Amino acid sequence: MIDTVTQFLSDNVGLIVGAVKAAVIAVALLSSVPILVWLERRLMGRFQVRLGPNRVGPFGLGQPFADAVKLLFKESIIQGSADKFLFFLAPAVVVFTAIVTFSAIPFGASFTLFGQEIGPHVANINVGLLFVFAISSMGIYGIVLAGLASNNKYSLMGGLRSSAQMISYELTLGLAALGVIIVSGSLNLVEIVEDQSVVPNIILQPLAFILFFTAGIAETNRAPFDLPEAEQELVAGFHTEYTGMKFAMFFMGEYVNMITMSAMVTVLFLGGWNAYIFEFMVPPVIGPIIVFASKVFILLCVFIWLRSTFPRIRYDRLMTFGWKVLLPLAVLNLMVSGFIKVVL
Amino acid sequence: MTVTEQGLLERDKDTMTLNMGPQHPSTHGVFRVVLEMDGEVVLSAVPEIGYLHTGIEKSSENKRYVHVIPMTDRLDYLNPPGNNLAFCLTTEKLLQVEIPGRAQYIRVIMCELTRIASHLLWLGTHALDIGAMTVFLYAWREREMILDLNEMISGVRMMTSFIRIGGVAKDATPEWIQGTRKFIDYFPEKIDEYESLLTKNPIWMDRTQEVGVFSKEQALDWSFSGPCLRASGVDFDFRKKRPYSGYENFRFEVPVGKNGDIYDRYRCRIQEMRESREIIKQALDALPDDGYKIPDNKISLPPRNTLKTSMEALIHHFKLVSEGIKVPAGETYVPTEGPRGEVGFYIVSDGSNVPYRVKLRAPSFMASPGMCHMMTGHFIADVVGIIGSVDIVMGEVDR
Repeated sequence: MIDTVTQFLSDNVGLIVGAVKAAVIAVALLSSVPILVWLERRLMGRFQVRLGPNRVGPFGLGQPFADAVKLLFKESIIQGSADKFLFFLAPAVVVFTAIVTFSAIPFGASFTLFGQEIGPHVANINVGLLFVFAISSMGIYGIVLAGLASNNKYSLMGGLRSSAQMISYELTLGLAALGVIIVSGSLNLVEIVEDQSVVPNIILQPLAFILFFTAGIAETNRAPFDLPEAEQELVAGFHTEYTGMKFAMFFMGEYVNMITMSAMVTVLFLGGWNAYIFEFMVPPVIGPIIVFASKVFILLCVFIWLRSTFPRIRYDRLMTFGWKVLLPLAVLNLMVSGFIKVVL
Repeated sequence: MTVTEQGLLERDKDTMTLNMGPQHPSTHGVFRVVLEMDGEVVLSAVPEIGYLHTGIEKSSENKRYVHVIPMTDRLDYLNPPGNNLAFCLTTEKLLQVEIPGRAQYIRVIMCELTRIASHLLWLGTHALDIGAMTVFLYAWREREMILDLNEMISGVRMMTSFIRIGGVAKDATPEWIQGTRKFIDYFPEKIDEYESLLTKNPIWMDRTQEVGVFSKEQALDWSFSGPCLRASGVDFDFRKKRPYSGYENFRFEVPVGKNGDIYDRYRCRIQEMRESREIIKQALDALPDDGYKIPDNKISLPPRNTLKTSMEALIHHFKLVSEGIKVPAGETYVPTEGPRGEVGFYIVSDGSNVPYRVKLRAPSFMASPGMCHMMTGHFIADVVGIIGSVDIVMGEVDR
């Protein structure tokens, strides 16, 4: 009996390690959402000369958990005119895609544990970049479905805006990333990071970085591109009709997407877990993950900073900006990068 | 230029009716507008008012003149002293009394402080409507100081009811004068701070320039007044053109816009805050010392300490409290410049101690049809911008 189990385990080491990693990463990602919410509220508070949550637990750290408990126990209201199945499906799609996207992102250097080489990523896919784009663009289905299923005009407009916005900005996102691929010569995210061990791509591809980050903000529906849920115009956009945990899932999806987008920027442009001049300070094994997390943290703070500074851009201007400014610049960047690569 | 004028949109017959308000985050109270939409573009906008009907005009007919004053606070709840002043000026005109300089100056200081507070609230909510969240809280921070000053002088933060027929309720205390001075010294750099977040911000300019344009003629036709009228290029301000309450003694500019778009309205109001500060400064420097109310005890209460020694004072006090002021028969109207435009009460008196009819000329009410006309052809995102820029207060629309 024991032999069979041991045999099974040794035959399927890859599977078990993968499953454990997937579980750890999913849990870590989901539990970082409340902390990110807390961080956002505290930082926004500081930007806006107020305190932010500071009552529940030390520094108000318990606040997002209290909110989560509250949301769990809220009455789930579905209005009669809604399409029940799609109404339930939409938030699930958003959270699912948000978490799955992260599976391809490597967030630390490989290390050896119990004789097994373990890379801190669920899957080291050789077309990792494509995988991330493919899955993350699926998340928009959740938003469109939410808008459609709610049977509410404001929700519908939120969903429509969202689909137009995502399609427009995904092009820029992809083209900006192509610049990185030209430099690195690989679609594998681990190889892209390792390629940056001397110089991060932000120096080689500064324009692509700006384009990618801008389009990334739009892609995650964050201010100043938060049109799908523009509170002052569309009440709450696509999630107007959602209550309780279903609303919380949209919320979670948005924050996980923020983390994923920051992680992508880190991988593609900021050199992943390479610490460069701070290399001497990095402890072994856990060190690279800390380096990676710090870079993601800084980017998340930038997200929050932008939200508290800028007014919301208008829908038509968003389209103009995406198609007439960002996209041509991305194409230009691609052409120049390609030219340099071929000539040099 | 509106979207339909640009020819960006091919019209088809399928439109959507969108109900905006009365429960909507950015309709500034309980304003309701029914929008006929083609996609994101507004084809027509029909305002629906009446959700905040208070019946103040009607109840005034059963209340003594003094008792009407607290109700005027609740009309345009962002401009309580301005409403008090408009009502008192009209009543005083019927009574044909001259108000002492000190009372006039205290009134001016209070009104200008409230104008700043009102514009701060407008700035905050307007910026919030357009998505700039931080300005809202910055503006709130300074508004709080003005409310503290209100509390210091009248005991109430918002509904001060401080301006009374024949003067003001109490004399200005040295602490209040000092606090006001401190505030006006501190305030200008804060205006610069708001401007640094908005005035040159490309997204802000993009959202506000050439949006909600009203030409000079249109603004006059639709009976706009106040900052909205001036932003369209009409140089008209009652404080300059028909000075009341001693405004003729102060030097200040009237900011006038050019294009009549949201951006110009924004610039005008920001500039007005600076000018209001100038007026307050001058008023504080030249504050006369000739009493805070008229000595006529048939109109204003005799000093408390005389009640126990003077028979006449006691009788006047009793008569005033039990019967109120008797206003000579007649009808009149005194326009004043509120933060939102021309505020004035038309009062008809039949010679008794209650007004026969009180009618408020409310700038928000007059502006709301024009505002809805302005929305036609714009995006839904601009609708909230336009509502914010016209700065309506529902309290005086439904009254």
